[in-house]
Amino acid sequence: MRLKLLICSTAAVMAAALLPATAADKLTVYTYESFTADWGSGPQVEKAFEAECGCDLEFVSVADGVALLNRLKLEGNSTKADIVLGLDTNLTTEAKATGLFAPHGIDLDNVNVPGGWSDDVFVPFDYGYFAVIYNSEKIANPPKSLAELVALPGETKLAIQDPRTSTPGLGLVLWLRSVYGDEATKAWSDLKDTILTVTPGWSEAYGLFTNGEAEMVLSYTTSPAYHMIAEGSDKYRAASFAEGHYMQIEVTGTTVKGAGNDLSSKFLSFMTGPGFQDVIPETNWMFPAGKTSKPLNPDFDKLVKPAKTLLFSADEVAANRKAWVDEWLNVMGH
Amino acid sequence: MAERDGTLKPAIGESRIRSKPSGLWPGRLALGFLIVLAGGAFGGLVSEASGDWLRALSFLDARTLAIARFTLWQAVLSTALSIIPALLVTRALSRHQFAGRELLLRLFAIPQALPAIVVALGVLALFGRAGFLAEPFSAISGGRWPGVYGLSGILIAHVFFNLPLSVRLFSQSLQSIPDDNWRLASQLGMGSLAQWRLIEWPVLRASLPGVAGLVFMLCVTSFTIVLTLGGGPAATTLEVAIYQALRFDFDPVGAVTLTLLQLGLTIGIVSLLMLLGGRFADSAEISVVNRRYGSPGIGEALLNLAVLAIASAFVLAPMAAVVVAGLKADLARLAGETAVLRATITSLVLAFAAALLATGLSYSLVSTRNRLAKTGHRQHRRTLLERSCDQGAGLILVVPPIVLGAGWFVLARHFGDVFAIAPVMVVTVNAAMAMPFVVRTIRPAYDAAAERHDRLAASLGIIGYSRLSLVVWPVLRQPLMTGFLFAMALSLGDLGVIALFGSDAVQTLPYLLLAKLGAYRTDDAAGLALLLGLLTFALMMVAGRTRDRA
Repeated sequence: MRLKLLICSTAAVMAAALLPATAADKLTVYTYESFTADWGSGPQVEKAFEAECGCDLEFVSVADGVALLNRLKLEGNSTKADIVLGLDTNLTTEAKATGLFAPHGIDLDNVNVPGGWSDDVFVPFDYGYFAVIYNSEKIANPPKSLAELVALPGETKLAIQDPRTSTPGLGLVLWLRSVYGDEATKAWSDLKDTILTVTPGWSEAYGLFTNGEAEMVLSYTTSPAYHMIAEGSDKYRAASFAEGHYMQIEVTGTTVKGAGNDLSSKFLSFMTGPGFQDVIPETNWMFPAGKTSKPLNPDFDKLVKPAKTLLFSADEVAANRKAWVDEWLNVMGH
Repeated sequence: MAERDGTLKPAIGESRIRSKPSGLWPGRLALGFLIVLAGGAFGGLVSEASGDWLRALSFLDARTLAIARFTLWQAVLSTALSIIPALLVTRALSRHQFAGRELLLRLFAIPQALPAIVVALGVLALFGRAGFLAEPFSAISGGRWPGVYGLSGILIAHVFFNLPLSVRLFSQSLQSIPDDNWRLASQLGMGSLAQWRLIEWPVLRASLPGVAGLVFMLCVTSFTIVLTLGGGPAATTLEVAIYQALRFDFDPVGAVTLTLLQLGLTIGIVSLLMLLGGRFADSAEISVVNRRYGSPGIGEALLNLAVLAIASAFVLAPMAAVVVAGLKADLARLAGETAVLRATITSLVLAFAAALLATGLSYSLVSTRNRLAKTGHRQHRRTLLERSCDQGAGLILVVPPIVLGAGWFVLARHFGDVFAIAPVMVVTVNAAMAMPFVVRTIRPAYDAAAERHDRLAASLGIIGYSRLSLVVWPVLRQPLMTGFLFAMALSLGDLGVIALFGSDAVQTLPYLLLAKLGAYRTDDAAGLALLLGLLTFALMMVAGRTRDRA
């Protein structure tokens, strides 16, 4: 009779596994992983917004910014996302072309990014500058320019992100493009020896860096602020590059589905105010793009200030992204 | 044994067995399942590409060919690096009778059940630039240790899996040498080299294509290892490229081209190996130890000792590294995390369901095959159904999990939320993945039981559920348990399908591990790897014990 018992218990286990979950009045936000991590901005933002709206804010996270757009394309009109948080200006034209985004319709008075902002679909929530972060205990003479980085003999290693999934990864492709133009391919093949590995998202690469696997990592000029403020250490520093630093403005948009949800525009307005912006500098470790209630921690003043800001227009990136990434793939794949 | 039937008088119930076509439905059902699983995947792929054949063809560019070339190249290297040392280790093992011999063979069985992601972490913890061996290696080589990302990491991990497997398979072939040969060799005073040349090598050479073929296929279809240790576009296999085409580029048409290329490759290799006489369904059960006459000289003994020591160290070290790195993690906090608990429960439930499905389907195939074999032998021909029942379980060797997953992924996209069908995909594909093993475990026992009891049972009118509970269950309980547990261990550690379908909503332990690895929580990842490794190891041990008692 033990067979009977086995059959019954199996049926019970299978039934329990299929119990449905219930949904409440809520706003679904797609974002990238480092945003929703325990130490990221997500948990605090969630708490603050839920207290304000009396609703349920749910984050769904994917590896990184570019993957976010891919996920949305994949789901198309059946997406559950009301809000997509974490694209950047390099992707906005392409994102608009999917027809999956609706105009935000909110007041942009609070928004404050270098160069100003006037887009009717996407709202910025932070910005920063890409930089190579190095371990000063292992590297005494960091590269002082992109040219010096590219010319490194390959003894010290750099961890980078895949431009097909990650906005910093794409940022580096654009950075080299904006400095070297058509010579970028040559620069990549020179840089190749120095690259330890290519990771899908920012977090993996940064993990390899703090873990000691790589001496350098592609991140942001603001990353050392984390180590100074949270860890009281200045051993990780940003290398200042003479050619200038490529800029990233991270943005949020409402999906067509989200346009039907009142909470969407509430969230976007909330995002440009202190409830959200106060959290950004010391959890997402970027510069706030809206109104904060207090000045930045003085340690932010010690950070590298780019000599020159580099940025392609959204249309330029949209027109060339595929070709430039393919070019990168061809260099890295051989 | 079936040929003996002809000499026996037909028993009363035998004609009933033969004339009951309704008894074939379990096998048909199981095959139907496999056909739907593979057919759906193909349907998805072909319908996706059909609108765009030209663009699909345009993916056969220099880069894709470079990926295909790398796929084959790393597999060739991995196979050579596994097989040649395995021959040395097998011989060293077979030349000596010592207490640890059985233990060593058991040690060599462990890698097969370890999740690839756990092994990848072990290899990194050991050979990475910040790994345990980085400093000694840097000191030896004089420069900074370059780490293992890329081809070297892939090769180390593949050899870790396949060297022990090959040793077990080769050892099994050596067992088949009759005792008489050894006695004769000893009487003729054959030296070590002569014994190798005249006795051992011919047997090993005969099993070489089979073993090499299996290892080669496992390396061609390797996914997790290449994903985690490949380190970027330079070291990408077709499997990883398919995954990237779907999850990175969101390019179903590109994925279809890559998938068809991969299929062409695997089918081509399998056909070639079958022509060469390779057998894919070999099991690595090692039975009694042969008696040996005479003992090797001191020089050879020392050499053998060295070979065995190096091989054991190579197999033990990554596992030890996983344990050491895992113990550094805050295990108590990890165990209390809701995400970890949820993932553990999800993993166990999915693996349980997959193992159950795998066991049920395998049982259906085995029982139907047995029935057909009885009728078929009299008619001296094998029907398509019988042959399918025989070979069907091996489907997954030709159509890798990623391909099945990719096909259903592009298909499901048209019908709503792709990520909602994740549990179904994980269960079905993992079940199909475990079937070859489960079939191997239960078939001998089933055939023997059927041979012994079927006629009596049929004459007493014991059919259906009573036959199952009175005749089959008592005899098959243990092999079924063994197969079930191994299937569960396999699907517990799988990161093929879940990598495609995983999301916040459905996370298994390997997926969570990959995510932790990605959230610069390397300590957590190490702790999870230890947990996952222990889980599969425990299942293996229980499976081994039920087998021993059987």
